[in-house]
Amino acid sequence: MTAPTAWEPIIGLEVHAQLLTRTKIFCGCATSFGAEPNTHVCPVCLGLPGALPVLNRSAAEMAVRTALALGCTVRARSVFARKSYFYPDLPKGYQISQFDLPFSEHGHLDIEPEGGEPRRVGITRIHLEEDAGKNLHGVAEVPGQSVIDLNRAGTPLVEIVGEPDLRGPEDAVAYLKKLRSILVALGVNDGNLEEGSFRCDVNVSVRRRGTEAFGTRVEIKNINSFRHVQRGLAYEIARLTDLAERGETFRQHTRQWDDERGRTVFLREKEGSDDYRYFPDPDLPALVLDEAFVAAQRAQLPELPDARRHRLTSVLGLPTYDADLLTSHPRIGDFFEEILRSRPGDGAFAKRAANFVMTEVLAGTTTHGLEVSFPITSSQLVELLGLVEAGTISGKQAKDVYAAVQGTDRSPKSWVESQGMAQVSDASALETICQGLIDQNPKQASAYRAGKTNMLGFFVGGVMRETKGSANPVVVNEILLRLLA
Amino acid sequence: MELLDRSIVEVQAALARGEVSARELAEATLARCADPAHAGVHLDHDPARTLAMAAAVDDKRARGEPLGPLAGVPIGLKDVLVTRDARTTCGSRILEGYRPPYDATAVARLRAADAVFTGKLNMDEFAMGSSNENSAYGPVKNPWDPSRVPGGSSGGSAAAVAAGLTLGTLGTDTGGSIRQPAALCGVVGVKPTYGRVSRFGLVAFASSLDQIGTFARDVRGAARLLEVVAGHDPRDSTSVVQPVPDWVSACGKDVKGLRLGVPREYLGEGLEPEVRASIEQALELLRGLGCSVVPIDMPHTRYGVSTYYVIATAECSSNLARFDGVRYGLRVAGKDLRAMYGATRDAGFGPEVKRRILLGTYVLSAGYYDAYYAKAMKVRTLIRRDFDRAFEQVDAIVGPTSPSVAWPFGQKTADPLQMYLADLFTLPASLAGLPGISVPAAKGAESGLPVGLQIVTPAFDEARMFTLAHAFEQVSPGRWDRAWPRA
Ligand SMILES: [Zn+2]
Repeated sequence: MTAPTAWEPIIGLEVHAQLLTRTKIFCGCATSFGAEPNTHVCPVCLGLPGALPVLNRSAAEMAVRTALALGCTVRARSVFARKSYFYPDLPKGYQISQFDLPFSEHGHLDIEPEGGEPRRVGITRIHLEEDAGKNLHGVAEVPGQSVIDLNRAGTPLVEIVGEPDLRGPEDAVAYLKKLRSILVALGVNDGNLEEGSFRCDVNVSVRRRGTEAFGTRVEIKNINSFRHVQRGLAYEIARLTDLAERGETFRQHTRQWDDERGRTVFLREKEGSDDYRYFPDPDLPALVLDEAFVAAQRAQLPELPDARRHRLTSVLGLPTYDADLLTSHPRIGDFFEEILRSRPGDGAFAKRAANFVMTEVLAGTTTHGLEVSFPITSSQLVELLGLVEAGTISGKQAKDVYAAVQGTDRSPKSWVESQGMAQVSDASALETICQGLIDQNPKQASAYRAGKTNMLGFFVGGVMRETKGSANPVVVNEILLRLLA
Repeated sequence: MELLDRSIVEVQAALARGEVSARELAEATLARCADPAHAGVHLDHDPARTLAMAAAVDDKRARGEPLGPLAGVPIGLKDVLVTRDARTTCGSRILEGYRPPYDATAVARLRAADAVFTGKLNMDEFAMGSSNENSAYGPVKNPWDPSRVPGGSSGGSAAAVAAGLTLGTLGTDTGGSIRQPAALCGVVGVKPTYGRVSRFGLVAFASSLDQIGTFARDVRGAARLLEVVAGHDPRDSTSVVQPVPDWVSACGKDVKGLRLGVPREYLGEGLEPEVRASIEQALELLRGLGCSVVPIDMPHTRYGVSTYYVIATAECSSNLARFDGVRYGLRVAGKDLRAMYGATRDAGFGPEVKRRILLGTYVLSAGYYDAYYAKAMKVRTLIRRDFDRAFEQVDAIVGPTSPSVAWPFGQKTADPLQMYLADLFTLPASLAGLPGISVPAAKGAESGLPVGLQIVTPAFDEARMFTLAHAFEQVSPGRWDRAWPRA
């Protein structure tokens, strides 16, 4: 955290999150990504003459779940409005959005910025709208031309407008991470910044500490990773602070983060003529979200990351660090909880399981949006950890078994058996071996009994050799101590 | 009388009895279309397609396959309805040669009913106009007098029926674009309740007002055609879930005792004397049928034109934004993107369309929105209330469809306001979303040109509108077989 100056940064974020509906918001085209350009299009999302929008119910459902998870109120009757501007990736010359009557308002998000105090920040509003297509430049087949891919046009978006309650880059990153974890937990968004399904516009200004009025605002575009948010804001705050200290004024404008050069660059003036001529879309009736609809969505809300983390720390006694890591993605949390279900309420087991998952499993786990692929199934892992808990294998052996079964459908139990790895804990069998060793090595036994206690290692080693390492060392120790006493 | 000069309902019966084949009818239609006097009515006319559709119906009949309710009936389409097998230009250069990949719902329903398409009909560019003089592809002549306009914007649809080129046509009505040309061409034109007919595939002018409707020579024909295209469509969110009654059967019911209101405001200044005389005669005939005719007040009528032109232009400025030269239609190159947009739209749109886009852009602009668009929406509510109050006293509202008969070409083109006033009587029902019909009432005593009687009923009560219109038609001196340019 940078040292406080006389100037205080004021940051507000606008997040555009694509909703993971199967089809687009106003037509039946698939929302799948990465398809051949212009293959998921129809008269509606191409904006062909005569085509009309029909709202996709599941977009409204996901939007309402988003609002509820963020503590927002849901408006019973909201209005779709047309936002007009000309751009080649906008097929109708207007975007269907919401303006003065968004479906949801007045929410909040609890953040825990790194190095700062946990606190609550405001969410002004959330509205539902359609995404635009993509202009492509430098496509090999058409050198020197720009072409347009409209597969993305009509993908449902929620725009989540935050209050200017954030006071530094750490706040902004904490806000975005928290927001993303909630959307991903809801299953409404895949949280992918790089691919643009979770996009962020940053508004920042500085004001003298202790004053009320905001300074002139700058918007930063092209921020597509948490690292960019952190670096871009740190740079821009320093720049604005410097300008403020020198008393320099400027007009509101938009800048772009240049990650390679590590600075923001001027993009364009915020045009005074930026008039989107919003008006209610006459093709769409008001969006009516009655109490029953909202209640049905509320009933479908999953456990959110905060609640799950709280359960892991307070109920099972896991350290915060572990809980954070294990709830960082809802699928990882689900996976971990499937392991816990094999020994419900066992805090000590939970910690041992958490250690194993964090050190072994997560190293080989890959995440892509909502999809997580684990190197081992939860039922395999339950079986493996069960073998350790039963004393059949040691913790060290468990790592070897894990290495052998991961990425396969092998059963850890069968594997242990087939390899003769089962730890020998049968006291009578071990006692025979121990007694035999003592009988064969009378000199060493006498030395131990005469006080050379480090001679115990000689006997333990001998048992291990004879059992090819499968003897339970705890049991062996116990027997030897008794026989040599 | 030739079959082509009869009602859709009679022709249907003749086709069903095998007295005439679809192909024979199609050939008769094409023969009339070939007459150079009717040049300009069609924007897309493909005799081979028409004959092929007719032959397909005859084949189906020969094989004993089930046939749709309009099997073999020749029907024309206003060029604002998209068709997958014919160009759709909306009377505009910006869509010259444009071939849509899909059918409008109304078109698809006609196809499913085995209608035979006779072509795409001329219109004012993007349905903006009252005389059909705004088509980029030339005017349509009024079949009663080729020196006069047919009305608009569905001028081609009205003229095609009046000239006997086809039996029925689809048009669209935003502020009077079906009823007014029907009156000026002496045919029946119906605008149903907003939401009755799907707008999917109707190229939008003003979405909250646009409605597809029908033209025919007689009331029953217009009703039959409307029955086929009406009904809920899940692809249009403003289409209404309402059963479609048997409107042809509504024709012939008794009208005795119906209370009819005549707005004082509709018989005021600006009404041509021969129109006034014809309407007064029509009211007399209605009284003769046992209806009572009472004067009513529609105090917000005088705000209709200004309210309409704020709302309609606002919506059109947005609806026409998609014609940008990027994906389809005309593109005029420019040195950069902005220049391409400008050059394309400048070359592609005609003066009236540009005027309305500018007006609409202005009224939606920040700082003007409340003074114009928001206020117009409030006045629209007041106009609706005028109707609600009126329908507490009367069963239907009657009056002139148009303040004048068809006028000579060029008479009103220099003064847009004069042109806008031509829709004075049709605009209120459009703003209120109510059904309206224009029925031929008389030949004007002075000009000999047709005068239309407009009948407006409450929302979704088209049945009463058809009943009344049909009863009046039977006694009207303007009825198609009594006063016909071909007769
Ligand atoms: Zn689509």
